[in-house]
Amino acid sequence: MALKHVNAVVVGSGAGGGVVAKELATAGLSVVLLERGKSYSAADCRKDDLRNQRTTVLGNAFGPDDERNPRVLVDEKGRERIVLASEGGYSNNAACVGGGTFSYGAMAWRFMEQDFRMKSIYGAVEGSTLEDWPITYFDLEPYYEKAEWEMGVSGDDSGNPFKAPRRKPLPMPPLPPNREFEILEPAAKRLGLHPFHIPMLRNSVPYNGRGACMRCRWCVGFACEVDARTGTHNSVIPMALATGNCELRTECMVSEVMVDDHGRARGVVYFDENDRRQEQTADLIIICCGAIESARLLLNSKSKLFPNGLGNRYDWVGRNLQGHTYSGAVGLFDFDTYDDVGPGAQIAICDYNHGNPGLVGGAMLANEFIRLPYHVVNYAPAYVPSWGLAHKEWMRNAFKRTIVVIGPTQEIPIFDARVQVDPKVKDHWGIPVARLSGGKHPHTMEIAHAMTQKAEAWLKEAGARRTWRRQPSPGLSGGQHQAGTCRMGNDPKTSVVDKYCRIHDVDNVYVVDGGVHVTNGGFNPVLTILAIAYYASDNLIKTWKNTKGRV
Amino acid sequence: MSTGRKTVKRRKFLKIGLAASASGLLISCGRTGGGPHWRFFTEEEARTVDAICEQIIPADDFPGASQAGVVNFIDLQLTRHYKKHRAAYRKGVANVEAVSRETFGKRFTELEPQQQIEVLTTIEEKDPAFFALIRNHTMQGYYGDPRHGGNREWVSWKMLALASPPVRGRARLDKESRVS
Repeated sequence: MALKHVNAVVVGSGAGGGVVAKELATAGLSVVLLERGKSYSAADCRKDDLRNQRTTVLGNAFGPDDERNPRVLVDEKGRERIVLASEGGYSNNAACVGGGTFSYGAMAWRFMEQDFRMKSIYGAVEGSTLEDWPITYFDLEPYYEKAEWEMGVSGDDSGNPFKAPRRKPLPMPPLPPNREFEILEPAAKRLGLHPFHIPMLRNSVPYNGRGACMRCRWCVGFACEVDARTGTHNSVIPMALATGNCELRTECMVSEVMVDDHGRARGVVYFDENDRRQEQTADLIIICCGAIESARLLLNSKSKLFPNGLGNRYDWVGRNLQGHTYSGAVGLFDFDTYDDVGPGAQIAICDYNHGNPGLVGGAMLANEFIRLPYHVVNYAPAYVPSWGLAHKEWMRNAFKRTIVVIGPTQEIPIFDARVQVDPKVKDHWGIPVARLSGGKHPHTMEIAHAMTQKAEAWLKEAGARRTWRRQPSPGLSGGQHQAGTCRMGNDPKTSVVDKYCRIHDVDNVYVVDGGVHVTNGGFNPVLTILAIAYYASDNLIKTWKNTKGRV
Repeated sequence: MSTGRKTVKRRKFLKIGLAASASGLLISCGRTGGGPHWRFFTEEEARTVDAICEQIIPADDFPGASQAGVVNFIDLQLTRHYKKHRAAYRKGVANVEAVSRETFGKRFTELEPQQQIEVLTTIEEKDPAFFALIRNHTMQGYYGDPRHGGNREWVSWKMLALASPPVRGRARLDKESRVS
């Protein structure tokens, strides 16, 4: 039996899809929200330090599962191998209702004005596809505000002179400082830096009918057992369902977008929880699967009119894959620095996001999230053996006496860091899998190295007896912060979607996730994805009303 | 797991415990004691792995990998998420024994601690993939959650002066995957 036609099918229920589903359903459109993973709740916080979304040595707690979802990874030397979802190199983001927002750290950054105009500010970079966004910070500002107030952000960035202008402050105060904050704050000020309280999608006081953070050890990577951390699963998706216009279907794996002979999309094909093939027709198709899976879906949507995949006329789908190059340092102190109070990450500086001589961008630097014992095993500096009595003694002496300062270095995009679909390897449903290849621009590594030095200097000023750098990885980025593969732009020859997230080729298909980011800022990207989703939805609804549904 | 089976195991455990102390051997007892109860390892392999892990995290004022039951963690995981590493262990452990006999003419478990370190240093250099595997698994079994079969009685968390099991919030352990 054919499924009932709807106004919009939204594929993926993470940061992008959750917001779009809610906005469209609230505007009166009938919506089906498809999610490949399962639905979890606060009761699924199993406090398992070896099996969660951050430490996956015994598997991913919230998907995707290893059995059904392989990818192919091609390394710098051209050697290819199959990687499973819980293995390094997979570039995983959680596959469940809420997507990455279900188990993330929840830093809620606005990008800076400069982050949207990287090429204008810094000029072209050789070997890079660096470009300006077709929209500015000011186009997104009202939507950043909407995300902050509708979903709930705590923190206080009034001490950050580098932030872009905002009309309203954050709706919730920051959590009280932890010990690392108290150690790092005066040190930053002595260095002439401008430390402040990190904005977080985490309740510091009751908000939206949910309680405040209980400051436990089990935060990033885990379900929040008191539901104080906000994701789309406990905010906008329930709002979407409450309208009565949105149906959420879980464990539904979408394989392709169906296109008719006139080049209009008809809907999507998916495999339901019993692996039965279904066709869901819709007037609008909004793809929100994350940069890697959205690119894969477009590339797998081949038809007579679009033999190379949807939106891929000029071979830009899947290009410019980027995440963040995490760079920082560890400091060892003579006194206890660790108070076991979550979420841990509390203090940040934006002094080094821009304006670094000779560098194209930079990074926000912050203290690291709370630690579990196994995290610290590989923190040890080079002079400590990696096993034996000396390592054990180091663990004992250093566990509570270290601080990690780290930040997401903004990457210089390259055309050859990319997602393709593999010609041979297929997943459980017979769908060609994502094939990841490419590396990093050399300048990304230069910036990252510069950031490790800044982190080290901050730790030294704070009284660290010894410091050592966390060497950034030169390999392909992606992971939770994956972006760039469906670039937003005005020119169809050098981008995939227009400035309203609609793909250039087809009138009724949109991509709304980190994939549309032209550049990815020196910040955790979730608030920007949420803001873009509110912004794109606004335009979708206006267009819908103007055309009375005939998009 | 039925109570009946547990009782049998307990009896065997006691026997083996007696035999072990009688022969002056100190072996890791794992879930059910060393012996014919290992899920993947042979008894000899289990003893060798136990000795390797104990050099990776030796006892000092605080328990080492052996007392923490790390071999039990590895053996259990080789029937679960680490099934894919079975061949690597079979080969890797045999290789440790081979190097041990080649260098000192004895089984690894019969060597002095300093000799064991020497053998493992050779393995680290000559068979780095296996060494990294067992080193990482030892760290996981020692510092990770007891539900996976290691870190008996939270010894490592106690060493680090961390509250265990977690005190902030509800202590909801995953009973299904918990190993008693």
